Amino acid sequence: MPKVKLPRKSTNIDMTAMCDVAFLLLTFFMLATKFKPDEPVVVSTPSSISEIPIPDADIMLLTIDPNGRVFFSIDNKNMRKDLISAINTANNLGLTEAEMNTFAIGSSIGVPFSQLKSYLSAPPEMQKQYDKTVPGIPVDTVNSRENELAQWIDDARHLSGNKLRVCIKADADAVYPDYKKVIRTLENLKIFKFNLITSLKAVPPGTAAYEKQQAGVSQ
Amino acid sequence: MAELDTSSGGGHKKKGPGVKKGKKLSTRVDLTPMVDLGFLLITFFMYTTTMAKPKTMQINMPDNDKTLTEEQKNKVKESTAMTILLSRDHRVYYYEGIGSDPTNPPEIKVTYFRAKDGIRDAIIAKKQKVEQEKRSNPALTADDQTTILIKPDDNSTYDDVVNILDEMNINDIKVYAIVDITPVDKEFIEKTEQANAVQ
Repeated sequence: MPKVKLPRKSTNIDMTAMCDVAFLLLTFFMLATKFKPDEPVVVSTPSSISEIPIPDADIMLLTIDPNGRVFFSIDNKNMRKDLISAINTANNLGLTEAEMNTFAIGSSIGVPFSQLKSYLSAPPEMQKQYDKTVPGIPVDTVNSRENELAQWIDDARHLSGNKLRVCIKADADAVYPDYKKVIRTLENLKIFKFNLITSLKAVPPGTAAYEKQQAGVSQ
Repeated sequence: MAELDTSSGGGHKKKGPGVKKGKKLSTRVDLTPMVDLGFLLITFFMYTTTMAKPKTMQINMPDNDKTLTEEQKNKVKESTAMTILLSRDHRVYYYEGIGSDPTNPPEIKVTYFRAKDGIRDAIIAKKQKVEQEKRSNPALTADDQTTILIKPDDNSTYDDVVNILDEMNINDIKVYAIVDITPVDKEFIEKTEQANAVQ
């Protein structure tokens, strides 16, 4: 039999199409997403069937880690600046302008007032190291003057004109008393409405909520 | 595609005797590094960004205003109420009523958060029972609803609290409250643990 000669084809592929796709995707990701906020501690939230999304702006985030340490954060950068100067004057912390700016651009804070100056004067890498060992914001429910979390929340709310929405992001393994302390603090400040951040899970079939959901879909 | 047409379009090939023909260079560019870069950036953006916003559960706590008199507070009716105690190892204890009568301690049952025979079935059973009772018992009006008191103890986790609140949403329980655990309830838990030989 005569051999069939296959024509030798070039291995060069035209990359243009692939390049187009890659950059199209890149543009999509750049426009459609916003950066993950830098978080001092990793918190795995419990799941619920609730589908209410977290508000876009004006949120106050209280993070509770598995060891019960409380971290405080607000999302508005301008307000952060005002907040830290208010806290600074109220407690005579003697923070410099640079340290206050560090707070304004930083993320969640989890140190008592007494350590705030040394924490803010440290470089960002050191702050990340400190976050592993910081004691969290003191939440004392008995003595309201010692309750620094209450001061943070109260000042932030006053600055925002009571617009801030309180969101609590607690770890699933945080024990109830730690959570209760934060709730009591909020209650003492007359905040009775707040959001708990949870991850989404499916509604179990055969329950009242499932029937409601089905009815809602068919309408 | 990624090359330019450099072939001189038809006709005059001869440029005259003195003119040297310039060597034609290919304008084909290798796009591989550019594609690499593109995908690298995509990967970076995919890792550093959040697509889905986290979901939240809205909580309204009752006003703890101390000026309210006893009469103004809603009294929970024993027959429509159910008490749920949360304890260690995600265990759930529950009993009918509010456990207000010390001489007649309620029957305490233990369960877990699970799909079958869990706390959900107990809540659904209670709801049905209240509906039945509403029809037969004239002391209950149509406004009376199944009321659930949630009492997390010091060993329960935040996970338990969210789970039980979620059960309230799942089972469409409209009236529920998180209350502080009482020493009596703690005793109930201890007794049940002892009876079941739990360490």
